[in-house]
Amino acid sequence: MSVRRVAATTGRVLRQLRHDPRSLVLMLLAPALLVGLFAWIFSEQKGVFAAFGGGILAVFPFIVMFLVTSITTLRERRGGTLERLMTTPIAKADIIVGYALAFGLLALLQAVITVTYAVVVCGLEVGGSVWQLGLVAVLDAVLGTAFGLLASAFARTEFQAVQFMPVLVFPQLLLGGLFLPRDQMPDVLHAISSVLPLSYAIDAVAAVSAGDGGWDLWRPVLVVAAVAVLCLVLASLTLRRRTA
Amino acid sequence: MNSVGAGPAVAIRALRVERGRTAVFDGLDLDIPAGRITGLLGPSGGGKTTLIRSIVGVQRIAGGSVTVLGGPAGSRALRGRVAYDTQAASVYDDLTVVQNLEYFAAVQGVPRADAERIVADVVAQVGLRGHARQLVGSLSGGQRGRVSLAVAMLGSPEVLVLDEPTVGLDPVLRESLWDIFRALADAGATLLVSSHVMDEALRCDEIVLLHEGRVLAQTTPAQFLADTGAADPDAAFLRLVRSNGGTS
Repeated sequence: MSVRRVAATTGRVLRQLRHDPRSLVLMLLAPALLVGLFAWIFSEQKGVFAAFGGGILAVFPFIVMFLVTSITTLRERRGGTLERLMTTPIAKADIIVGYALAFGLLALLQAVITVTYAVVVCGLEVGGSVWQLGLVAVLDAVLGTAFGLLASAFARTEFQAVQFMPVLVFPQLLLGGLFLPRDQMPDVLHAISSVLPLSYAIDAVAAVSAGDGGWDLWRPVLVVAAVAVLCLVLASLTLRRRTA
Repeated sequence: MNSVGAGPAVAIRALRVERGRTAVFDGLDLDIPAGRITGLLGPSGGGKTTLIRSIVGVQRIAGGSVTVLGGPAGSRALRGRVAYDTQAASVYDDLTVVQNLEYFAAVQGVPRADAERIVADVVAQVGLRGHARQLVGSLSGGQRGRVSLAVAMLGSPEVLVLDEPTVGLDPVLRESLWDIFRALADAGATLLVSSHVMDEALRCDEIVLLHEGRVLAQTTPAQFLADTGAADPDAAFLRLVRSNGGTS
């Protein structure tokens, strides 16, 4: 790996996004607006937003970053620039890490905006501290990015990439414990939910909301971080210099 | 023959490439001389792009060997020495001309101190100085192609592999690009330029005629016309294909 090539790739991805304000706005503001919408829907039902607001905070950044990342990297693949990069001295990890850093930075901004909006405007109350909520939101967004980078390796067209949403993302949403606590699900589903990364993202937010510290909080946080790293490693391993 | 001690820049032996169940190449042999402009000519679908991708090392091959500058095609040591320009302009539409070149210069490992000058040089060489700060997506097709060519020229590569770089360009631009190719070759670079426009054959030092995955001929432009007895390259190619169709 080369620091210069990673930094150049990160800078290049960010520069591309600057010329694409619509995607930038989607990434930075969409999760906050969706959280706002969610709060508004339940504004006359006492306690609903307090109970579910945190979980929502884990899910929207994940989905938005997953979508944006998988489409962006797929565009690189389809546009021929990835093939060109593969003939240059750049390492595969330089490309993946460069992308992850660029989107990680956006994830950080997105988390600050979303958490601030949820707490200040929507009045979300958390038992733990707000920075913990921010940290978990960033990690979830980074997980979405890593997942998107990996998923784009298995898609040939943008249309296929979008189809990963119902296949890879929605089941995780349903099984993640947002709609029903995971331990109340049928045994098989509970077992499946235990190997899905989004479940841990939601667990982590739940822990922050409930004010749990220690292992209850850090175990899911570590799982999410480890899965994100694993996805990045797999993404750079599945990148092929030679294609048919 | 070439200068003393200089072997071919590219040596292909018994190359086999499969696409699905059919073989694009089945035992292709070809040498491409160093320091000259070799034209890779033939109709679309004849295997030009597949051959080019094999030489730059992004094509999965089923057998045989492709050696470039003495090393296996696509190997780590070659990546900075061999430049590739894909058929469709492979540059970022949502970056400016200069931003594209700056990125690829960093990727190619162009020394930081020289990067700015080198980028300015290649922009001028492809005649885009007036568009340097413009988004590539807002340029015309021909201009985008030239940005892509400029990327290939970064870092003084020893071998430039250009897939149809002049397609769709007007005669004036085509002329100026060929001047650039000639200057690069005069400076010692090896160029492999593909085209399906037979007239471009006349601008090359040597031509390779590829048809349905086979090398029909490897010759000089003058010899090509003389051998086939045709007045222009198009007619010569047609004659060659017909005579081969009868014998092979």
